[in-house]
Amino acid sequence: MNTRLRQWLANQKVTSRFHPSWILIAVGASLAIGLLMWLLSESVFRHERPSPAVSVLPASTQRLPASEQQLSPPANDSALPAAEIIRTVRLGRAIFTDTQTYAKAYVGNGLNCVNCHLDAGRKPDSAPLWAAYGLFPMFRDKNHKVNTYEDRLAGCFRFSMNGRAPAYGSKEFVALMSYSYWLASGAPLGTELAGRGYPKLPPPQQEPDLVRGKQIFDTQCAICHGADGQGTRVGTRYAFPPLWGPHSFNAGAGMTQIKNAAGFIKANMPLGQGNTLSDQQAWDVAKYMTSQPRPADPRLGRP
Amino acid sequence: MKVKLTRLIMTLSMAMPMQQAHAEVTGAALAQQGAPGVPACLSCHGARGEGLAATGFPRLAGQSTAYLEKQLRAFAGGQRVSPQMQAIASALDDSQIRAVAAYYGKLPGWQAAPSANPAAAAPEPWTRGQKLAIRGNWDKEIPACFACHGPAGEGIAPHFPALSGQPAAYTRSQLKAWQSGTRSNDPHGLMKSVALRMSPAEIDAVSAYLANPLPLSPEER
Ligand code: HEC
Ligand code: HEC
Ligand code: HEC
Ligand code: HEC
Repeated sequence: MNTRLRQWLANQKVTSRFHPSWILIAVGASLAIGLLMWLLSESVFRHERPSPAVSVLPASTQRLPASEQQLSPPANDSALPAAEIIRTVRLGRAIFTDTQTYAKAYVGNGLNCVNCHLDAGRKPDSAPLWAAYGLFPMFRDKNHKVNTYEDRLAGCFRFSMNGRAPAYGSKEFVALMSYSYWLASGAPLGTELAGRGYPKLPPPQQEPDLVRGKQIFDTQCAICHGADGQGTRVGTRYAFPPLWGPHSFNAGAGMTQIKNAAGFIKANMPLGQGNTLSDQQAWDVAKYMTSQPRPADPRLGRP
Repeated sequence: MKVKLTRLIMTLSMAMPMQQAHAEVTGAALAQQGAPGVPACLSCHGARGEGLAATGFPRLAGQSTAYLEKQLRAFAGGQRVSPQMQAIASALDDSQIRAVAAYYGKLPGWQAAPSANPAAAAPEPWTRGQKLAIRGNWDKEIPACFACHGPAGEGIAPHFPALSGQPAAYTRSQLKAWQSGTRSNDPHGLMKSVALRMSPAEIDAVSAYLANPLPLSPEER
């Protein structure tokens, strides 16, 4: 995380506006920055140092070599923003992995963002954030509008989390955007990257079937998600999230579309055994899951 | 008729608690004194079922009753291979298995020492193990251990055992047992899929961490 964040910060500096006279003190400032970075790495990143996990991005999104930019902002000013952006990225990650705590007010069910976007939004074929960030603004059929990235986040809060969106520009949105932006560093803009979204399975050979779907659910999924699909709690939190029922995603969520559900399940479930179900099994169990009761679509009926 | 029925109900309602009390006695007695042909469990698993780090004998205290029963039956049935436990488990009859599993299931589970600094002894493997337990290693499709074994490794009864506080040598031996095929009693091969993807260094690291784990705050994850 350390190296990547450092590179990322270096990149941020290119986009800052500098006074021309800074060039004169560039060399001195670079030294000071170097020292600061080292200090930061000793304190802020202490826990992260040996982490391979945070830098887990597919090769296609690995950072390009840092640019040859020479400018560096004055040490005094750069210290705080640097620390602040790191805090914000970390908060974004915390919101994403523990939405129940860090964005409690906006969540209306028992889920966390990470439940459908595995490995803290990094896992390919699990709608990873690094592949999404550079695709917005985007036209979406869902609301027939050009959507910004914030609009997209808002959608998952409203439907997948059965809650309401934080205000645009709120600390939650800024943090989630910063985290996504950081994960996406080096990714090209407007390009559909391998691993984006959930895989699109070929159409099922047989019509997806509820009876076969239930059989798969009972034998392969119920051990974790519960015989009734209502999830399994440890204390007040879900260790295995509910797939339907009052604490799951609502009827307007993307996961209620059988093609999304089948793609997600095929690539990611049972946990740790992704891509072991056949396509047909994924379609069948997705059919079963998406046919179950869940909170209503907030766009229908009363707001 | 009516009298007979009341009598029956009375006998039943008296017999039930007595049977339960009897079960507790045999569970505790088996654990502490053993029985003919069965050594006392405490000689290997510790006076309070806390396990023995030096030899890698596992902690039993606080593990779910259903899980302990399942493992005793697996030793007896040969789905899980252990020279020490096979003979012992085979010598236990069904009611003894239930009694001793219930006894250990009710003992308190593992608790971190209040001022523990477990990373101090071996910072590198311990920290690496912490990442693996809490985040997994998705490059190799290894989910976080705690995704299945509970947010603090405390287990999710009845299928997912507690891992926290287990001797490192024990955790290591089990992961290797799945790799070599001498343990194969996990539901749907869920644990086997994970163990097969682990490197020896990852096994060492996570075993060191799980002997004495500490959580990470969500901001550090
Ligand atoms: C119930 C499952 C679920 C949960 C929980 C969930 N999402 Fe999503 N998310 C989806 C689905 C389904 C999609 C659409 C994927 C596709 O189109 O392939 C999606 C798409 C996204 C995208 C756009 C991905 C892309 O490539 O276009 C972002 C960003 C996103 N979600 C963020 C979040 C955030 C932030 C949270 C928590 C507040 C969250 N999601 C919670 C299911 C979920
Ligand atoms: C070993 C336990 C386990 C098994 C078995 C399992 N899941 Fe999951 N599932 C999880 C966990 C844990 C998550 C959340 C992942 C995360 O947060 O990283 C999850 C998430 C999900 C989600 C998205 C979140 C939600 O609440 O909707 C769906 C859908 C899902 N699983 C479907 C299935 C289906 C279908 C099967 C059977 C084919 C299955 N799972 C088998 C553990 C399991
Ligand atoms: C001679 C030492 C010894 C004695 C005595 C002993 N055990 Fe064990 N026990 C072991 C060892 C070693 C293991 C680990 C086996 C393995 O490697 O799979 C074990 C494992 C177990 C397990 C599996 C634990 C888990 O977490 O999966 C249970 C249950 C168990 N023993 C119960 C008992 C009971 C009950 C008794 C008394 C009736 C007993 N043991 C007596 C050595 C012993
Ligand atoms: C997909 C779910 C899943 C994940 C992820 C998982 N496990 Fe397991 N694990 C299981 C199940 C299920 C069992 C119970 C096996 C049985 O019933 O005999 C188990 C059992 C174990 C045992 C045996 C414990 C005992 O006392 O008998 C150990 C040790 C273990 N797991 C370690 C790990 C480690 C280390 C990780 C992370 C690298 C991990 N597990 C990740 C599902 C999982």
